[in-house]
Amino acid sequence: MEVTIKVFRYNPEKDKKPSYKTYKLEAIETDRVLDLLEKVKGYQDGTLSFRRSCAHGICGSDAMRINGFNRLACKTLVRDTGATIIVQPLLGLRVIKDLIVDMEPFFEHYRSVKPWLINDEPEPEKERTQSAAQRAIFDDTTKCILCACCTTSCPSFWANEQYVGPAAIVAAHRFIFDSRDKAAAERLKILNEVWGVYRCHTVFNCTMACPREIQITKAIGEVKMALTTGKLE
Amino acid sequence: MHSNSEEHTMHSNREEHTMHSIREEHTMHSIREEHTMKTHQFDVIVIGAGGAGLMAGLYASRTAKTAIITKLYPTRSHTGTAQGGIGAALGSEEEDHPEWHTYDTVKGSDYLGDQDAIEFMCNEAVQAVYELEHMGLPFDRTPEGKISQRPFGGHTNNVTGKPVKRACHAADRTGHMILQTLYQQCMKNNVNFFDEFQVVDLLMVNGAAAGVVAIELATGEMHVFHAKAVIFATGGHGRIWEITSNAYAFTGDGPAVIMRRGLPLEDMEFFQFHPTGIYKLGILITEGVRGEGGILINGKGERFMEKYAPRVKDLASRDVVSRAIYMEIRDGNGANGQNYVYLDVRPESVNRYAALDGRTNKDGSPYTVTGEEILAKLPDIVDFCRVYLGVDPITQLMPIQPTAHYAMGGIPTNKYGETILDEKNTTIPGLYAAGECACVSVHGANRLGTNSLLDLVVFGKHAGLRAAEYAKEAPFQPLPEHPTEFASSQFERIRHASGKENAFDISTKMKKVMFDDMGIFRSGKGMENALQVIRQLKERYQHVSVTDTGKIFNMELMNVWELGNLLDLAELTTVSAIARTESRGGHSREDYPDRDDKNWLKHTMAWVDETGKIDLKYKPVVLTKYEPKVRTY
Repeated sequence: MEVTIKVFRYNPEKDKKPSYKTYKLEAIETDRVLDLLEKVKGYQDGTLSFRRSCAHGICGSDAMRINGFNRLACKTLVRDTGATIIVQPLLGLRVIKDLIVDMEPFFEHYRSVKPWLINDEPEPEKERTQSAAQRAIFDDTTKCILCACCTTSCPSFWANEQYVGPAAIVAAHRFIFDSRDKAAAERLKILNEVWGVYRCHTVFNCTMACPREIQITKAIGEVKMALTTGKLE
Repeated sequence: MHSNSEEHTMHSNREEHTMHSIREEHTMHSIREEHTMKTHQFDVIVIGAGGAGLMAGLYASRTAKTAIITKLYPTRSHTGTAQGGIGAALGSEEEDHPEWHTYDTVKGSDYLGDQDAIEFMCNEAVQAVYELEHMGLPFDRTPEGKISQRPFGGHTNNVTGKPVKRACHAADRTGHMILQTLYQQCMKNNVNFFDEFQVVDLLMVNGAAAGVVAIELATGEMHVFHAKAVIFATGGHGRIWEITSNAYAFTGDGPAVIMRRGLPLEDMEFFQFHPTGIYKLGILITEGVRGEGGILINGKGERFMEKYAPRVKDLASRDVVSRAIYMEIRDGNGANGQNYVYLDVRPESVNRYAALDGRTNKDGSPYTVTGEEILAKLPDIVDFCRVYLGVDPITQLMPIQPTAHYAMGGIPTNKYGETILDEKNTTIPGLYAAGECACVSVHGANRLGTNSLLDLVVFGKHAGLRAAEYAKEAPFQPLPEHPTEFASSQFERIRHASGKENAFDISTKMKKVMFDDMGIFRSGKGMENALQVIRQLKERYQHVSVTDTGKIFNMELMNVWELGNLLDLAELTTVSAIARTESRGGHSREDYPDRDDKNWLKHTMAWVDETGKIDLKYKPVVLTKYEPKVRTY
């Protein structure tokens, strides 16, 4: 089948303002949008710029807006998009070139919740034990690949980029609810601040956008609950 | 910042040992891009931010001023796609010993692995896994709260010969969790990162590493990183092949850069094809599926691995299973007459074959699984199949074919990550390598599943420690007057080429011929054809240019340069393979079907000279306890 792919283009070295460019190419239903972008770049327009690496939804490089929804280009098939595809960069982050956005503000929010295990007790000779049930509590939030699909789909983040955003809350959740971590209070304090977890108004865009199907709104709710009750279970 | 006399003495001794000269930067004349050059200085530079690079950076930065340079954001690295587990004889659930792990790895390597290094890795494994757990890695747990382990191909109880639970796992995203955990530790410890900087050249002065040249993708500017020690941890080069599990980023940049500086690459003919890639796409389906009881089924519905590996069946070594799949297809037993077979993890199949095999739980009860348990243990696999195939593995068969997966060969090192200059194991001052880009060699002719994650944690750590220790005493080598000259010349050539050839087309043809003629089964005739095609493509590559003339994120320019790396490595791989007239591990020749220990129990060392001529030499395999014997599973 022939597909039409309309792509947001902006090269700061040449363009005063962004524009869209349309390409037509042959595709099959199981082609990934990333395959189409690669073919466009390979045969029609070498200047088209985007990030990609693993091409199967694990590395998180190729998050972009596809037909209005935040998606990974490698995990979105022509079967799902149909023959007309509009591709734009993620919203809410500065566009550097074409589909490449400045990820630094996103990673800054991520770092702000101290996303690493904090436990100053002496390490045992073997593993710190943890029951399968304790491990299960935070399983979902360990899946995050930091692609930014969630944060850049959030109206609160669009309204003010100071909002820490769903991805950072997911990262915090992963440690707050890990029985081995000793800094839940510290992280909850960070998320209780003015640009923290209460900027979430339960719109569910993040949950819908997550290519890893993490129940993000639920995780944010658990963090809010922990703040309210002071309990972690 | 000049070399002391002792260093010079060391260097001149070294020169006498080798006939190959390192190609160094000399004092040269003007070059266009010098004025945009920025210079940085660190004791230790690590290139690559996958598991090996992060581990090296973490350890080196404890005592030395260290920076990690990476062409991707660290969390985009390919370590993140590793699925099934990391191997260590913890004995969480059943008896196991590092000695068994060592023997299995030696046997898995088809006796080409260096046994001292393998023993070192397998002994270090246990502490390495506990260290990852202490860093916060969320391993799955046993009912007692210990790290959960699953069986994996080639890992056995050495007494019974049956599969042993040795792969420590976090669902089917163990690599993802290792990558995340190590990056988190680097942030915690304030390790310096240069994200989205592509390293394009190594600087060697006085026979020692002096630094690297990198392009900042966001600006297109060249940066010089002046360093006492340089650690390459750039990953693999599986993009040479058509069907591959490897990321776009896996273009062999480290080995290619090193090779162009006159240094050797080891055992490049050994490349692993993983038995279970998603049909046509090559996306990895972990061996953990078979660890959980999944079986391979041919087009007739038969479980064929019984014929090829009667003892461990579907959990034989990867080279053995990949060949078995090809032989089934060749015998007309492919699914629907095509070149694929099925992987079956439907609970009723798993339970039926587990009963036939007499597989039991720890308490002696029969091993059984439910659909929910499969989903819980292998969520990503289920997701991949649903997204890319429209197949639900809980109720349907997965169409699979072998996929290019892992480079056993690479930059030669010893077990401390120190790189090797020649066939006499002379080390190169200040130059280190770890992870998939390196060849220690612990994987020999065929890597066992779970040993790559182990390799990058163990050797990443030791490379980092050694580099920092070296940097404590060693001086900075003086930088060449025009350090970016060699790198600039490569990019200028691309920018000014005629443009009459298309990079995408060349890449497609390279992948096809390498998959057809340099894949699972090889022959002298096929490999000669591959070599001829690759050489023609290299000629055509000289005429590839770029339409993007900008500096900011010029991914077209970077991708063309990366294609040059792949072509160079494809040629070296093919030449190394043609010379090896035997079958061993991942190198399986129809014209020489047997392993030949008398003539070929040795490592290939390959050099490329300035005219492009490839020179092969050999060095002995280190044997300690294990005499080579016939390898059956």
